[in-house]
Amino acid sequence: MSDFIPFITAQVIPGLNSGLIVSIKLIVPSAFLGLIIGVLSGTFRVYAPFPIRKISDAYVAIFRGTPLVVQIYFWYFALPYTSIGEFRIVMSAETCAIVGFSLCSGAYHSEYIRGGLLSIKSGQLLAGQALGMNPITAIRNIVLPQAFRNAFSGCSNEIIYLIKYSSIASIITINDITGMGRGIAKESWRNVETYLVVGIYYLALVTLANVILYRIEKKMEIPGFEKEQA
Amino acid sequence: MVDFFNPIIEALPYMVSGLWITVALVIGSMGLGLIVGVPFSALKVYGHPLIRKFIGLYVWFFRGVPVLVLFYLFYFGLLSWLAQISFLSFLPFNNAFFAAALVLGLTTGAYQTQIFKGAILALSPGQLKAARALGMSDFQAIKTIILPQALRFSLPAWSNEYSIILKDSALAYVIGVAELMSRTRSVAAITHKPLQLTLFAGLIFFVLTFIGVKGLKALEKKVKIKGYAQS
Amino acid sequence: METQTVLEARNIIKNLGGNTVLRGVSIALNKGDIKVLIGPSGSGKSTLLQCLNLLHIPEGGSLLLDNKPVNFKNKSELYQLRQKVGMIFQEFNLFDHLSAKENVSISLRKVKKQGRKEAAKRAEIELQRVGLDDKMNLYPAQLSGGQKQRVSIARALAMDPEVLLLDEPTSALDPELISEVLVVIRDLAKNGMTMLMATHQISFSAALAHEFVFMEDGIITEHGSPKELLAENATSRTKDFCAKIAELTGEQA
Repeated sequence: MSDFIPFITAQVIPGLNSGLIVSIKLIVPSAFLGLIIGVLSGTFRVYAPFPIRKISDAYVAIFRGTPLVVQIYFWYFALPYTSIGEFRIVMSAETCAIVGFSLCSGAYHSEYIRGGLLSIKSGQLLAGQALGMNPITAIRNIVLPQAFRNAFSGCSNEIIYLIKYSSIASIITINDITGMGRGIAKESWRNVETYLVVGIYYLALVTLANVILYRIEKKMEIPGFEKEQA
Repeated sequence: MVDFFNPIIEALPYMVSGLWITVALVIGSMGLGLIVGVPFSALKVYGHPLIRKFIGLYVWFFRGVPVLVLFYLFYFGLLSWLAQISFLSFLPFNNAFFAAALVLGLTTGAYQTQIFKGAILALSPGQLKAARALGMSDFQAIKTIILPQALRFSLPAWSNEYSIILKDSALAYVIGVAELMSRTRSVAAITHKPLQLTLFAGLIFFVLTFIGVKGLKALEKKVKIKGYAQS
Repeated sequence: METQTVLEARNIIKNLGGNTVLRGVSIALNKGDIKVLIGPSGSGKSTLLQCLNLLHIPEGGSLLLDNKPVNFKNKSELYQLRQKVGMIFQEFNLFDHLSAKENVSISLRKVKKQGRKEAAKRAEIELQRVGLDDKMNLYPAQLSGGQKQRVSIARALAMDPEVLLLDEPTSALDPELISEVLVVIRDLAKNGMTMLMATHQISFSAALAHEFVFMEDGIITEHGSPKELLAENATSRTKDFCAKIAELTGEQA
């Protein structure tokens, strides 16, 4: 126990710091891609013509209905085994993680965006059209900005989930925070200390993300769209 | 086409017994979460400030740390420490299933605490006052007046929690629980047919999500009190 | 003086939810005309107004803007028409996420492709015109009903419409807020704006309108100057209806 502090400062923290950078490089692009996918598919589910709407519904059902670990396993292990003629999709572990995280996260975002869109009164779209806007202009400039504000706290939650589930990257050989932590724990046989510090890293990330997301939400806040009391 | 499905058909009995482990794990975890969440939510609202602080800390920790990390932390670390404490030695700490159920149960317990707490706070304060006015103790009032209402309103969120824990349970393979995902991996490794097996596992999880959510929806309808809706 | 027809509808037919809501309605608005649609609720007034703006696409009939027929199927003609035919809704339908000024400028920017500055300038002018110079940066949630409706009028005017359609513009307002909107509408009339308005404000519109158009069951059953329809010795459906409304609201018809 006496060498607890040196062990943490000399081995765990430097290792986890390099893992932290890897994690952030997975989380940030996945968060943005996921949001874009979520906004698009959520909008399609409300306004797109029948086939696109149904495809978007199916996408959301599949990616919300199956575990992320199964999806990641699919992208990384299963897909390379599949070839259509000579064509074969093989992605690096990092690409698999970002693709997997974005698509899964996007499905959850989609649900919030859809809810946000459905909560907007139909008169908003009508008024936009009455001014000569085409449907895409009206949806983009009138309905979506409102829906996004309504959906924001749900989407924030989803980003927090994404941060935590990014740890799944470690099962496809990526040395993110969890991956690095596992390596250190195995080498040192000091599981409790190592994983506790790993946990603290995630707690810090989640807390930081909460602060940032709250700031963004406050910044976007306008009269009539106040944050609902939790 | 038959060739494509062959690996699934051959491994079916093995996969199905994994499915039962998954189901048992989810039921166990959700049950433990309920056992933790119900009293903790009441204590979080009505309890002593110190207890409220402690519960807040518990919720913060289990909501902020990834399930995967919790599996490692508990199974490879904390639980083997606990196993050395003599009066706790009757508990199977070295059992992976037990560890997984404990971790998932404590995780969903944290979320369930939040869910029930929200529902309690949404009830009108007049409910507790009226119960006290009738001479009920606080414990009686919470048990017979507050919780029956709060739990009803929590069902949609609880059903969502079910689908999350079901999906999280697929991570229990990392500590060696022989559930569905673990079996999918091993069959895929032997047969070199990960595609059909992964798709099959996905399908089963999908169906389990669907059945569970439908079942809970039916329960929600069944326990619904006519004309009673929470704003 | 030669009269110029701005907007003309011929024999408009519209089905909604299995019912024929408009059964062949024809109406023409000349430049500077002020016509008022009256009739019981469900008679098709609102649907007619929405058809004239092509927010509803009629199943039959034709629509002429400046004597040129509009092809309903052609999207760009449809958007063109909507720019030239302003619409005021009963429920205001202000864009809830935009300030009063942005509400007015957004369509200038996105539809007329004006620059941000130019659009803002125009928005200020229009808001001044409806007496809201001091409310420009407030959001809809911070405005009273009457103020909201005035913003929505400014929003429509900014598009330089050739004709303005008003769908019961004061029906959703508290009584004490009605007059501020009516004042704005009266000003528009003075300045020669072509308008078609559905309303229950009989005495106000009788003083303003060139023609009353009475609708019932999806057709126009009577039309004429308010003077002749409401004359002492007239036996019109319009007069009966107006008397009923007057009784309900305590207004002198």
